[in-house]
Amino acid sequence: MEETPETILERKMPLSVSVSPHVRSKESVEKIMWTVVVCLIPPLIWSVYQFGIRSLLLTLISVLSCVATEYVSQKGLKRPITIKDGSAVITGMLLAYTIPPGVPLWTPILGGVVAIYITKQLMGGLGYNIFNPALIGRAFMVATFPVAMTSAWVRPEHYFTSPPPVDAISSATPLYIIKHYGLPALFERYGDLWKVYFDFFFGSMPGCIGETSHFLLILGGLYLLYKGYISWHIPVSMIVTVGLLSWILGGDGLFQGDPIIAVLTGGVILGAFFMATDYVTSPNWATGKIIFGVGAGALTVLIRLKGGYPEGVCYAILLMNPLVPALDNWFRPKRFAPPKGGVK
Amino acid sequence: MQQIETTFPKGGVHPPERKELSERSTIEVLPTPEELVIPLIQHFGAPAKPTVVKNDMVVQGDLIGTYETGLCAKVHASASGKVKGVERCLNPLGNKVPAIFLEVDFQKGERDYTPQPWESLEASELLRRVEGAGIVGMGGAGFPTHIKLSPPKEARVDTLILNGAECEPYLTTDQALMREKAREVLEGARIIMRILGVGRCLVGIEENKPDAIGRMIEEASALKGAEEIEVIRLKTKYPQGSEKQLIQALTGRKVPAFGLPFDVGVVVQNVATTYAVYEACVLQKPLFERVVTVSGRAIKRPANLLVKVGTKISHIAQYLGGVTEGLRRIVIGGPMMGFSVPTMDLPVTKTTSGILFLTEEEIDERPHRACIRCGFCLEACPMGLMPNEIGIYVEAGKASDTGEFGVFECFECGSCAYVCPAKRPLVQFIRFAKSKAKR
Ligand code: SF4
Ligand code: SF4
Repeated sequence: MEETPETILERKMPLSVSVSPHVRSKESVEKIMWTVVVCLIPPLIWSVYQFGIRSLLLTLISVLSCVATEYVSQKGLKRPITIKDGSAVITGMLLAYTIPPGVPLWTPILGGVVAIYITKQLMGGLGYNIFNPALIGRAFMVATFPVAMTSAWVRPEHYFTSPPPVDAISSATPLYIIKHYGLPALFERYGDLWKVYFDFFFGSMPGCIGETSHFLLILGGLYLLYKGYISWHIPVSMIVTVGLLSWILGGDGLFQGDPIIAVLTGGVILGAFFMATDYVTSPNWATGKIIFGVGAGALTVLIRLKGGYPEGVCYAILLMNPLVPALDNWFRPKRFAPPKGGVK
Repeated sequence: MQQIETTFPKGGVHPPERKELSERSTIEVLPTPEELVIPLIQHFGAPAKPTVVKNDMVVQGDLIGTYETGLCAKVHASASGKVKGVERCLNPLGNKVPAIFLEVDFQKGERDYTPQPWESLEASELLRRVEGAGIVGMGGAGFPTHIKLSPPKEARVDTLILNGAECEPYLTTDQALMREKAREVLEGARIIMRILGVGRCLVGIEENKPDAIGRMIEEASALKGAEEIEVIRLKTKYPQGSEKQLIQALTGRKVPAFGLPFDVGVVVQNVATTYAVYEACVLQKPLFERVVTVSGRAIKRPANLLVKVGTKISHIAQYLGGVTEGLRRIVIGGPMMGFSVPTMDLPVTKTTSGILFLTEEEIDERPHRACIRCGFCLEACPMGLMPNEIGIYVEAGKASDTGEFGVFECFECGSCAYVCPAKRPLVQFIRFAKSKAKR
């Protein structure tokens, strides 16, 4: 109904009164989270093409487990239900992306419960968790199902066969081969250097569900950068550190390692763009972010070279997570012109 | 007459400008309403004392509020008429303040003000006129201008900065003034330069106001001592109009925490204030009317109006054809730092730069949630503070410990709350922290 000037005075207006600012950006937690979900979908499609429908099934089971756990624990803890914000969906996807496609289908259920209930909700919910939920979920699965989690690889070319051949030797990951047999064995198996680079970049290698197509992962990461949802500091510092240190220490002598292969194997790209950048469990400010990225990259190389597992990204990030409060405390933004003589 | 594009380096945000609603409308004189409510405090400081009592007759421009010493500003009658009473009225901050209620006598008409040359006048006489006209900073808190123009001797001020940034979304008053009154504004600037005894004036205007930039450059180059006044084009970014950010953008100098522009040899004056200085010194006209942007999607006809101080917001809304059904919030000032008010029964004061009638979709009332530690607010804060930590401390009941985050350096620009995806009321948290923390 059109209002006449005369009626505006009598009108009982439901005026809202609030503290400034009165305009807000269009961004929201939901929008950011669902954008991340969208960026994670292309690698999944690739994975289905590579490893078969199992990839999709495992991811769906993982996501369902995370969302259901979130719902039940928020109900139980009498918190607002936030399953619509997409954050549990991301956890579920990332959790699935770090497991081999050949594991039994029920494996991620347990991982999801640990990721969401123990790592996130028991710590106070989104915003209060110290550790990256998906990575704790993965670490738990590795500890509980060590054999499946480290050997249930599927050879890409077998995606039509069902059930997939679960075979630790014939479909061992490139990282496993490098660690136990050296680089020459890798070339022997996968062709010359450039073919290896190419295959690794576009993702026709055995590996975890969502970590193989580096091309699509980088595309997704670049989109998040473009949107301003993540900053370059952590991905760049982490990837560069892995590359540099692997080049220096990863070969038979100093400076004999292959930095490209080091970066394009295991979950380095997935971890650098999608896990180490998790807001809650990474530093807030640029300086801290760079140190966090360098630390995660260095630990990744250290674990790969000296540790028991061929893959180190998961533990490297988890080891850096508890340092975040200290990094945030030490490396703060530079104040405009703070008063002389101290922080006051 | 250079045109450099520059801006302040740290932080800042780009809210939708929404200036298109009103930026093309020329300044329009709002007819005087039948009743005026003129608050005796429209400035930063103590209220003025009324010089009139009930049933007194006043003429437009008459002194109706005054003071002897201290931080205060004079108040004048915006129109001729009869004093109905000296009572209390609500101001935009929600406080009851003393005010003169005036019944306008339309027979008396308006006073004529004719320009007189000012060049031969002493700086002290010019300053006396500024004080006598009751001028206050018209861009923000309303600090009495005569005090701002009397820096301590040891300050060694060398630069006047004219603040034409107008970085708040929606507002177009300074833009309209610079476009239509460029010559007068620059004359005001030259008067202020005389008062301060400085030889350099920088005019900072954001590039989203090409009409204002063009006119100001034109008039600045027509001036005799033209080299003194330099118009500088600023990259549009909020909060460019904040004194500290503007001084840094234009001169590279940093005003220290709890310091004043004096400390780095600068005085900043808003464009509207400068125009008022022109009127006070050249026309001998007191400050009793100002340009107000009335905008927002809930007002029928957005406009830039010349409004008498004391005019009720309801009168303005009526004049512009009323408000639409979608009206959800009324804001006095800009949307980033203005105050939302619960009623239209409030008078326009010397510091009212805008009145915004906003719809639900323009504001954002989504509920807030826990901080997700995205760090967006750290990127946005022009003062290099940690709004997220302040918010978390306040929620944890540790508001008194927020001094270490520099909470008192925050000038509540709202950039942090603007970008926060968790919609956290960070400015509210910060205000609360300021009330609890030790300085
Ligand atoms: S309101 Fe204060 S803390 Fe927030 S961005 Fe502005 S100055 Fe920084
Ligand atoms: S922008 Fe909001 S959610 Fe992000 S760190 Fe700041 S307060 Fe937390």
